[in-house]
Amino acid sequence: MKTLGSAGMALVAVLVAGEAAAADAAGTVKTVRGAVTVERGGQKAAAVPGMPVEAADRLVTGPDGSIGITLRDQTLLTAGPNSTLALERYSFNPTTHGGELDAHLKRGSLAVISGKLAKASPESVRFRTDSVTLGVRGTEFILEASSGQ
Amino acid sequence: MTSALIVAALLAIVLNHQPDPPPAPPADRVVLLPDAKGGTGAVVVRAGGGERVLAEAYAAAEVSPDGRITERRETAESVRARYGALLDAQPPRPVAWTVYFETATQRLTAESRTVFGRIKEEIARRPAPEISVVGHTDRVGRVEDNDALSKRRADAVKSQLVEAGLDPARIDTAGRGEREPLVSTADEVAEPRNRRAEISVR
Repeated sequence: MKTLGSAGMALVAVLVAGEAAAADAAGTVKTVRGAVTVERGGQKAAAVPGMPVEAADRLVTGPDGSIGITLRDQTLLTAGPNSTLALERYSFNPTTHGGELDAHLKRGSLAVISGKLAKASPESVRFRTDSVTLGVRGTEFILEASSGQ
Repeated sequence: MTSALIVAALLAIVLNHQPDPPPAPPADRVVLLPDAKGGTGAVVVRAGGGERVLAEAYAAAEVSPDGRITERRETAESVRARYGALLDAQPPRPVAWTVYFETATQRLTAESRTVFGRIKEEIARRPAPEISVVGHTDRVGRVEDNDALSKRRADAVKSQLVEAGLDPARIDTAGRGEREPLVSTADEVAEPRNRRAEISVR
């Protein structure tokens, strides 16, 4: 096993990635009102309660839309009408409480109740718009993006 | 052709005489809210090289596209007026129960098993409910062994929840080992109150 060929390395990478993807979604859709779309890898689907949310998903709400999701670390994210929220990165280790949360509100409004990740690893939790970046110290807040489109 | 030009010119004049729309410079906003227990955390607002810390309930900041941060103060009423629909769409907050084990077993105490009924009630009134069971140990033994023991405790609680009629597909388990003692102790101290599991519904 000293010289694992590049094909072997690629296979290991595929297996690890596949396992990570299958094992845990980032969270679950809990509330949906009006028109809400989940965009994942170029595909679009109407959001419904119970749908898993994954890292790199983009949530888009219409003029009458809102969506509430609960992430695995118990962070609650809610996007209001006319919003685009990209969950750029997410990981959470339930044993160590390590991980990462990076959410980008491109337009609209976002209500946040922070979870275990912000408590254990506040430096790895980030919420932003095109012009603001927020660091979070265990808390509840609202972020509104008016400048981005 | 000429009349069209005249119309265009008149239109231009009329439009020029319209009062300017009210100045509404686009600004991003941040509002810090009190938490459910009445405390308040903090957010650090960074923009255009500047930084402000909001640390009081209803402290707020507006940030212009060029990165200027202006502090403001909101109230419960003003937040309700602007963001009421957003706040009403929030998922229900997670709730948690702590359960304890009979000495040297993975069996819950009789008292602890009484929470199963309340968990079922909680599940019934939530959208797309999920359960996490997280096991904990005291500080006797090696960290790695306690990680494994705490995971076994969580799995044992899951089995008992399933026996009580809950859907296994909705239940995930994890072990926190000795990282999060309920009662702080020195290493290698036996402490029954730390041999527990937390069952949370979200």
